[in-house]
Amino acid sequence: MEEPQIYARLTEIFNDVFDEDSIEVFPEMTAKDIDGWDSLNHIRLILTVEKAFKVKFSTAQIGSLQQVGDLVALIQSRHRAKGPGIVSRFF
Amino acid sequence: MPMNPLYSELQWLPRAPREFAERLRALGNSTEPVGPELRELASCALDLNQLTKLAKTIDRARVAGKSLEPLTPLRLAVLSNSTIDLIVPALVASAVRHGIALEVIQPSYNQAAQEALTPDSKVNRSQPDAVLFALDYRALPLKLSPGDEYEAAETVQGAMGYLRALRDGIKANSKAVCIFQTFAPPVETLFGSLDRGIKGTRRSLLDEINRDLVEEVLRLGDVLLDVAGLAETVGLADWHNTQLWNMAKLSFSGELIPLYADHVGRTLGAIRGKSRKALILDLDNTVWGGEIGDDGLDGIRVAQGDAVGEAGLALQQFALDLRQRGVVLAVSSKNTDEAAREPFEKHPEMLLKLEHIAVFEANWNDKATNIQAIADELTLGLDAMVFLDDNPVERGLVRKLLPQVAVPELPEDPAYYTRTLAAAGYFEAVSFAHEDLNRAGFYRDNARRTNLRRQVDGVDAYLESLDMTITFQPFDAVGLARIVQLINKSNQYNLTTRRYTGPEVAAVADDPAIFTLQVRLADIFGDNGMVSVVICRPGDVGEWEIDTWLMSCRVLGRRVEHMVLREILEHARAAGIYKLKGTYRPTERNKLVIDHYAKLGFSRASEEESGLVRWELDVASTDQDSAPMKVLSVGFATEREKLFA
Repeated sequence: MEEPQIYARLTEIFNDVFDEDSIEVFPEMTAKDIDGWDSLNHIRLILTVEKAFKVKFSTAQIGSLQQVGDLVALIQSRHRAKGPGIVSRFF
Repeated sequence: MPMNPLYSELQWLPRAPREFAERLRALGNSTEPVGPELRELASCALDLNQLTKLAKTIDRARVAGKSLEPLTPLRLAVLSNSTIDLIVPALVASAVRHGIALEVIQPSYNQAAQEALTPDSKVNRSQPDAVLFALDYRALPLKLSPGDEYEAAETVQGAMGYLRALRDGIKANSKAVCIFQTFAPPVETLFGSLDRGIKGTRRSLLDEINRDLVEEVLRLGDVLLDVAGLAETVGLADWHNTQLWNMAKLSFSGELIPLYADHVGRTLGAIRGKSRKALILDLDNTVWGGEIGDDGLDGIRVAQGDAVGEAGLALQQFALDLRQRGVVLAVSSKNTDEAAREPFEKHPEMLLKLEHIAVFEANWNDKATNIQAIADELTLGLDAMVFLDDNPVERGLVRKLLPQVAVPELPEDPAYYTRTLAAAGYFEAVSFAHEDLNRAGFYRDNARRTNLRRQVDGVDAYLESLDMTITFQPFDAVGLARIVQLINKSNQYNLTTRRYTGPEVAAVADDPAIFTLQVRLADIFGDNGMVSVVICRPGDVGEWEIDTWLMSCRVLGRRVEHMVLREILEHARAAGIYKLKGTYRPTERNKLVIDHYAKLGFSRASEEESGLVRWELDVASTDQDSAPMKVLSVGFATEREKLFA
């Protein structure tokens, strides 16, 4: 999946999770940029992203996210790790 | 490996409409009562984000002082040892699905004991209608003591004492109904299989606590929410998510919040008397495989040893079991009454008998009309009805016209019908009394034959929403096999029941003097394939004899026959024909079409003793009404293309 596609899908997801219609995500975006991006909605965001992109992140990966760009890089790396047809899953 | 989507995605519910968010937003500005629209939206399969949005809309409506009627208000305090902030909005939204306007009182994290035991705590002061103890095994003082029976008994007693203290605290300070959850055991074992047999292991302790808890809850008249059973159903490994516990203290998998919330919702609905009371069954391809009208008593599949037949039998057995616990059974089928009753009376393998069915509606009315009639006869509300039908068009019509009726989506394979119906939990009960055992019989005895045959309004609007496309073609090589099949299989919607072989049909197709039609119908649910066949042979000069006119019963009530006549008329005019002649040849199976030609405006020309009736229509003076569908006419390389070119 290419970066622009990931950003476009993330924009949809952010608007869905935070119940807005005007959020445009960008690489440097952080929780400070969005009303309601607290720790619990962060979990909801991560759950939604994992489902939408059919990936699972490790606890450490989730903990290391600082900005939207990190999330995009993580999605890309998980997709590469997944390879064709294999869905990875962490427990 | 993804989870079983029946449960994680609530597959018995229809998918949410694409304009879900817009419709919620529109509710914010609406001056109308918002309850009905909220319930319609909540009755879709919603994910956690959609549930959260719906709950927000309810909060806003409350703040604005809007009425949530006809939803029944209920104030619920939730005491938990885990984080429930993500779950609370899901509870509020899912409760709407079950007719409840839920208000949640949520104390601070992990304050269950303090809230229950302190008389002036937030929970006790708020005087809730019900208290949900949303506790998981981590809330219990579980001391593992493998092999030490005495210590194990102490631990079980300790856990029960703790739960009892919570209950007593609430009961001393309020009139709330207490809802207790059973405890889903974690996956990890110490010895493996032996854990269940050795006292003092976690699994053995939780088995005993669950057993004691269930016994006590029922004895004291409290309410049970069997979370352990729910977790078993989806699988403990999918239920428990250690990562989410570690990160956010969520006690189970985030993907299963909609499922859990629906189970809380149905329990609250049951407390408020909202559970459904009657199950209305379609027959063809639901209760048995095949269509009784076309396949006959020997042709329908309802026998042990036949995989399709066994699926039908499993559903029949489940319906019988439901009936035994007090659910009323009814039938709504598009068939003649006689044909529909035949398997019940004569098929040796049918488990359902006529005596089990309180109201039996088999006719050609639309199903919304029949369900209304069933509700009236049973003197039950539409909101007490569940309607089970394999046909998505029938399901859609009933949902549209009678939104109070619960209509589960069904998977393609009848093998899963029973599980899907059970998963929906329509008949959730919070208590069971001896009288319930006799209830189904009571309704049967009191069912009054009201013979209500009033058409429910709005069928036209519904047909329009189906976005139908009808395609007309002359017979061709591609369609030949299906045409021959329809000609030889159709019994009910068949005016003359003339059977032709493949070569005979091929000869008809090649004869330029004979006018033929093969008709296909597509709608928003997909392509129905070929649904109708017509053959017109030249008669006297300027006349066509309708030799064959048949239609699949699956598209009954869609005005396909009106559109077919329109098409015939256009071609007839182009060919210089001024009169259409039709014949109704009665058989044992085709009473359905006895008025076919009369309804289409033909006049009766003659009638024979055998019951055969001849009909005529003046081509020039007939203007056939159009039905709401798109028309495609392809492959007619004759006068018509020239005329309309």
